[in-house]
Amino acid sequence: MRRFAPMLIAAFALFAAACEKKTQPAPSGEATPGGQAAQPATPGGGGTPGGADTILLGEVGSLTGAQATFGISTRNGVDLAIKEANAAGGVKGKKLAVRVYDDQGKPEEAAQAVTRLITQDKVVLILGEVASSNSLAMAEKAQAAGVPMITPSSTNPTVTQKGDYIFRVCFIDPFQGFVMAKFARENLKMDQVAIFQDNKSAYSIGLTEVFSKKFAEMGGKITATESYSQGDTDFRAQLTAIKRTKPQGIYVPGYYNDVGIIARQAREQGLTVPLMGGDGWDSEKLFELAGNALDGSYFSNHYSPDNPDPKTQKFIADYKAAYGGVPDALAALGYDSAKVAIAAIEKAKDLSGPAIRDAIAQTKDFPGVAGTITLDSNRNAVKSAVILKVGDGKTTFVTTVNP
Amino acid sequence: MSQLLQHLINGIAAGTIYALVALGYTMVYGVLKLINFAHGDVMMVGVYMGYSTAFMLGRQAQGTLWGVLLIFLVAMGGCALMGFLIERFAYRPLREKPRLTALITAIGISFTLSYGFQLDIGFLPGAAPRAFPQIIKPAMWFTVGDPEFPDVVLWNWQVISLLLAVGLMAGLQYLVYRTRFGRAMRAVSFDHRVAALMGIPTDRVISLTFMIGSALAAGAGLLYAIKDTSVSPLMGLYVGLKAFVAAVIGGIGNVPGAMVGGLLLGLVEEFVVGYAASTWRDAVAFGFLILVLLVRPGGLFGRVAAEKV
Repeated sequence: MRRFAPMLIAAFALFAAACEKKTQPAPSGEATPGGQAAQPATPGGGGTPGGADTILLGEVGSLTGAQATFGISTRNGVDLAIKEANAAGGVKGKKLAVRVYDDQGKPEEAAQAVTRLITQDKVVLILGEVASSNSLAMAEKAQAAGVPMITPSSTNPTVTQKGDYIFRVCFIDPFQGFVMAKFARENLKMDQVAIFQDNKSAYSIGLTEVFSKKFAEMGGKITATESYSQGDTDFRAQLTAIKRTKPQGIYVPGYYNDVGIIARQAREQGLTVPLMGGDGWDSEKLFELAGNALDGSYFSNHYSPDNPDPKTQKFIADYKAAYGGVPDALAALGYDSAKVAIAAIEKAKDLSGPAIRDAIAQTKDFPGVAGTITLDSNRNAVKSAVILKVGDGKTTFVTTVNP
Repeated sequence: MSQLLQHLINGIAAGTIYALVALGYTMVYGVLKLINFAHGDVMMVGVYMGYSTAFMLGRQAQGTLWGVLLIFLVAMGGCALMGFLIERFAYRPLREKPRLTALITAIGISFTLSYGFQLDIGFLPGAAPRAFPQIIKPAMWFTVGDPEFPDVVLWNWQVISLLLAVGLMAGLQYLVYRTRFGRAMRAVSFDHRVAALMGIPTDRVISLTFMIGSALAAGAGLLYAIKDTSVSPLMGLYVGLKAFVAAVIGGIGNVPGAMVGGLLLGLVEEFVVGYAASTWRDAVAFGFLILVLLVRPGGLFGRVAAEKV
């Protein structure tokens, strides 16, 4: 054992070190002077990637890790918008380019990536993240540096409260929690609901808070509040505890990768009641993971592919042609966030942070593919939500709920 | 009371899998005094081998007995081969070097596998988690309580997993203590230079130990995938770390210790989550490890041997 202890310590130290850095730079033609890692003080002019005829945007997303489909969908949506803008002649006579960094779904990686985008790549604007916990980490850095940031789909209210450079093109959690509580109480006529939240995610906690408050206000009863940590794969202990309280439904405001497994294990433990959730469920992977365990469950979302609006249908067709598969809400919001960004850059009097910031703040009645976007004084989009029902490996539109 | 019974079932199901993975750590540590940190990732690769085999067999064959056997054979065989290759090309060249060198290599292999498998090219699976096919057709064996909210549920695969795990462990125990190869293994573990002088083919024994350990990992991984239905390239890091803790609790290098450590860890986690909060799960698991090491530095079943100089 004596020999073994130092090995153990060394092993953990190595694990920690290895976990630390893994930011994946996207391809670009930038040559690092002298071969060493370029940090803030690169001399002005020639160091800026892309050169003078390109406007560089930055994006941070989870391209790998457990929530990889979030990042990939968003990136595809952003890509599509940028390609369209470039095909139409670019912005202010210049082409657009995006530098994308992977944060593996981790807030600390996201913060690091955003710092690189600002200090090293000198981007004019930042898009991202999907997960609110990651956006929170990024918003702080973007605000401090005075670089505008638009999150496509972070719904936690505190994200835009980080400062006046932070915007979003989606609705916020209180609204989603409110919508589902109302739907459960009025449409599904439920009296007793249990909650199963992800206590590592600001998103999940935010939805839970509003849901439980609204549901109780409307005369319902929360029978149990259990929690898990994202990445867990065994939820049986909590489900057993929930089972004891005999709820009529379970609110699981988590992400698809966990929810799919939770649904299976809930059915396996003998819980047959419907599950309910938010936009974190939205991924084609959900059905693969859940099998048919989610049939008869509901979640609130930003958009439905069934929306007959020609603008939305054109987007879906373009997306299918470019990447295959029906775009999920995150792809649609990624597309919308890039569109809003491009319009603002076009409108801004120059490419400085404050000028672009002011232009974004004036966004009003912007026709997005996931609904019309008007930013309020808190820099949040005011939009309606849809309720989708899960069945047979797909979702069907149930109803629209307005703010 | 019925809730307790359900927690027991869940805890034992989780614990046997930790135990099986822990056996791999223990075997390799027993023979080589090397903590094979790549063990969990070998397990992950085994799971993906099983996953691909299940898909190639198609939905019809997955539920049949020979289908399941074939999936287990391919995954365990494939991992045995991989264990052989890793030992031959990564660890053997370092055998006479300081032990830390091999440990660092093990961590390197671990990360190469878990992050390499996140690439989305060719046969590699990509980063997103996937649903593992139901290779054992689920059937409820019994329930207690009212049918809408049964108090206790027991599934066929829970029993089958348990039996398979116990069978694999018993086989290993037999191999180590009742066969010539097992005796050779223990001799190499005691002192591989002296064992070589006595005519034991040390290299072959070590290779075989790695192969058996890796095959066990694949078997455990498949049981884990059947239980938790989701597989991802990072699963090996998590399960591997937990199983490593289980092995240390039981006394690393000790076969029954690994089994008891795994079961204890599974049950402790289940009860902590069930009766307290899931946030406490890892804290309590690692706290338990520290406690055991404080009271019995060699683990529950281990002996603290004085080093001869």
